[in-house]
Amino acid sequence: MTTELLGVATPLLAMFAGFGVLIGLLFGFFGMGGSFLVTPALMVMGYRTDVAVASGLAFVFATAVIATLKHRDLGQVDYKLGVLMIAGTTAGIEVGKIGLHALQAMGIADTVVSIIYVGLLGGIGVFITYTATWGDGGGGISHDADAAHGEVDANDIPDVAKKIQSYRVPPMMELRGGVTVSLWMILVVAFATGLLSGFLGVGGGFIRMPALFYLIGVPVPIAVGTDLFEIVFSGGIGSYLYAIDGAVNLSIVVPLLAGSALGARMGAAATSLVEEDDIKVYFGVMLLLGAIAVAVRKVGDAIDMPVLDSVSLVIIVGAAMLVAGAVVVSSVREMRAESRASKSSAD
Amino acid sequence: MFGLENASGVGGAALVVGVVLVEAILLYVGYGAMERLLGPTLVRALGGE
Repeated sequence: MTTELLGVATPLLAMFAGFGVLIGLLFGFFGMGGSFLVTPALMVMGYRTDVAVASGLAFVFATAVIATLKHRDLGQVDYKLGVLMIAGTTAGIEVGKIGLHALQAMGIADTVVSIIYVGLLGGIGVFITYTATWGDGGGGISHDADAAHGEVDANDIPDVAKKIQSYRVPPMMELRGGVTVSLWMILVVAFATGLLSGFLGVGGGFIRMPALFYLIGVPVPIAVGTDLFEIVFSGGIGSYLYAIDGAVNLSIVVPLLAGSALGARMGAAATSLVEEDDIKVYFGVMLLLGAIAVAVRKVGDAIDMPVLDSVSLVIIVGAAMLVAGAVVVSSVREMRAESRASKSSAD
Repeated sequence: MFGLENASGVGGAALVVGVVLVEAILLYVGYGAMERLLGPTLVRALGGE
């Protein structure tokens, strides 16, 4: 007989908590990249699409609350930028939805969205892998916390962001990290990311965070913190709207969150131990495999082969486990090396 | 779970989102305290000391 806790089978709670730890580890370490695992996993497990989407959204909302509290403590949330991004993104999402409906009327929405989604995910994956392997390490996710508090070094600002900052159309906004940029440029970037987000039907964290860094020039820790602040609102409103129809399943969200909050702490602690370039390449590969997984699922839908849904999930979860494992192994190895070094210096 | 399996409508939705929000805050505080208490011991154990 299976034991139950609060009316839910204990093995199911343990499985969701374990899955949560895996997702949290990735989220804590990279500041993004975990949430896109939840919804497809729930759908393959047999949950209805609305329940999978709603529960995934509620999970993202709660994870963003915890991460925003953490970033707020570190002074890494720019509220002014966050509010402007919310305004611009909301408008962009609405226009994106209109575009999507137009494509639906033409009967080509699914194909166009799938191609853009795979191209975008794969493109970001290739870019991060390339800069981590052959570049100067400037691409992708940096954990340089110093940049969050001090003035940002001009050499660290990407060229596109420098160009955008050079358009001095008043009113100019002073952002955290000493960045000054036109209000209109922020709204344009926010609108563009919202457009893409509404068009693709995704939360947009993996688009917005790089956009804040590469296009506006905000230091990465502040870009991550501000993006999370925005997700609190978008995720909260989205969860509420789905919950009105009773689609949020708490027996999924509660254990998933308990595991992910723990994993996120482990991931965040690992950032101070692991050399980021060692791991960044894995993250790029994970995004690439994510793109392949989405492509496989879409091919499965097109040729009516449901087994490809499972293949797609195995690719995504396998890639996540590979990267999370690499983070844990590298952290433990680093801790042991530090311990040996401190022992030998004491001798 | 928590007797909210059938919660829906405006009030039910607020309750469900409220439960998720309260859990998030409790986990933030709880795990934070646990990290401060057990973190150093765990780091020493993993470091092979």
